[in-house]
Amino acid sequence: MRVGIVCPYDWSAPGGVKQHIRDLANALQEIGHEVSVLTPCEDESDLEPFVVSAGRPIPVPYNGSVARLSFGPVSAARVRRWVRDGDFDVVHVHEPASPSLSVLACWVCDGPLVATWHSSTERSRAMTAFYYLLQTAMEKISGRIAVSEKARQTLVENVGGDAVLIPNGVTCKQFEGGAPFEGYPRSGRTILFLGRIDEPRKGLQVLLNAMPRIVDRYPEIRLLVAGPGDADGLRSSLDPKIADHIEFLGLISEDDKVRAFKSADVYIAPNTGGESFGIVLLESMAAGTPVLASDIEAFAKVLEHGTSGELFENEDSADLAAKLEVLLADEGRLQSLRTQGFRRSREFDWASVARDVVRVYEAVLQPGVKVEADFSGQVFGRFG
Amino acid sequence: MWVAIGIVVVLVLFGVYLASTAGRLDRLHHRVDTAYASLNAQLLRRSTIAFELAMSGELDPAASLVLADAAIRAQENDGDPVDRAQPESDLTKAIVATIGSKEAVDLLFASEGGTTLGNQLSSAVHRTAISRRFYNDAVRACRAVRRQHLVRWFSLAGHTPMPQTVEMDDEVPSGFEGR
Repeated sequence: MRVGIVCPYDWSAPGGVKQHIRDLANALQEIGHEVSVLTPCEDESDLEPFVVSAGRPIPVPYNGSVARLSFGPVSAARVRRWVRDGDFDVVHVHEPASPSLSVLACWVCDGPLVATWHSSTERSRAMTAFYYLLQTAMEKISGRIAVSEKARQTLVENVGGDAVLIPNGVTCKQFEGGAPFEGYPRSGRTILFLGRIDEPRKGLQVLLNAMPRIVDRYPEIRLLVAGPGDADGLRSSLDPKIADHIEFLGLISEDDKVRAFKSADVYIAPNTGGESFGIVLLESMAAGTPVLASDIEAFAKVLEHGTSGELFENEDSADLAAKLEVLLADEGRLQSLRTQGFRRSREFDWASVARDVVRVYEAVLQPGVKVEADFSGQVFGRFG
Repeated sequence: MWVAIGIVVVLVLFGVYLASTAGRLDRLHHRVDTAYASLNAQLLRRSTIAFELAMSGELDPAASLVLADAAIRAQENDGDPVDRAQPESDLTKAIVATIGSKEAVDLLFASEGGTTLGNQLSSAVHRTAISRRFYNDAVRACRAVRRQHLVRWFSLAGHTPMPQTVEMDDEVPSGFEGR
């Protein structure tokens, strides 16, 4: 199948949507599909072979912040040329409700069209005003995907209709290799926390409150804290007896994240809320490190309510400590969590996600029909 | 004179609006048709594979009979979006009952022939659910435009019948989730 994917945001800048598209494009190519990605691009050197630049994005104020987007007649012409040259069976746009290449592509394309909604946004006044224009572009989309329940809600409220839920994937392979840090694993046990130190919803405080009890039971334990924030400030505010057991790694690279998982006996996710999915949990499971997480809805779902990871009562430090004590002493349970967690992470591997996305493509394909450029038809209806 | 020009301009604009709405409606009807063709194909595939599975000897005789019966009834009702909903829902229930549980699916995938059929059935039930969602979405968008006053007064939809959603049970059996 020939698939054209449209990315609305600058390819040169890091970002969730861009990463999603890159991983999806790779996974699709691995199962034998041909992929071309059209994207705005600040720096056109060193692009992946499947990426086509639509020119430099323009910084504009939009929706209360500055967005770097592509629009206007030059961009529209580039989209048309890309569609004509691409000979695509299906075009897949991302975040179609942003004023960007994506909505232009909806406008320009005629044929099987799929769209993915990523973020949950309020319906802005501008969107309400241009509802008719947006609506006619949106009506061409024959298959809709949402990456989370929240994104699906946004779609239902803003444009109506429904979507198929296909969550983000995990690149499991990336977490399989990799060696632990020097000196790990330790016989005295190691636990790991990932996330911003000073963001309350990441729940580091819940874990710190549990530390005295854990240290009592495991006097040699070490807690690795990986994430940005004021480590020195936090350390000085702690009881030195506890602080001695904590090692702050600061903001770490992706490679070091893999090593951190490999170094730990248990990864602890004490998040108190605000998580819509829990990719990190799956990354830990893919690395073979058992997870102990708060029982917020998203986590309980990912961990199958305790089958593939241990849960403790949200915001309850005593329960966290109790569960961790039992878990660390039970090698049988740890081994079972390693196996179950690994199996569970596979269900969210990009290969599985790509298979689900291809099912969506197949549902909108029309035999013998390719995506064609159609601009006049959009504006003038039958006159075109 | 100016009044006449004004009237002409308004009439022309109005005509352009009507024509563009007609074009939009045309596109929406086309989307409904292609979405239905896709749903139809998936439903046929699903009942065909269910029948094959029933005949394969992978299931016990009682389950085979239940599945084969539901599959044949589903195939006898093709075409109409409203009439086919009941037999297709029954087929879904038969699939869930005979081969829907995690244990049953694991057992099926234990043999080589079962793996092939299991993969085909899994793909068919997933695609059926996706196609029906997209079809109902297309119908909803089309009906929204057809309800507009101007569309009704100028009968822009011509004699095309009002599209109907397919309201059926297309639950993916728990055993096939993530496969």
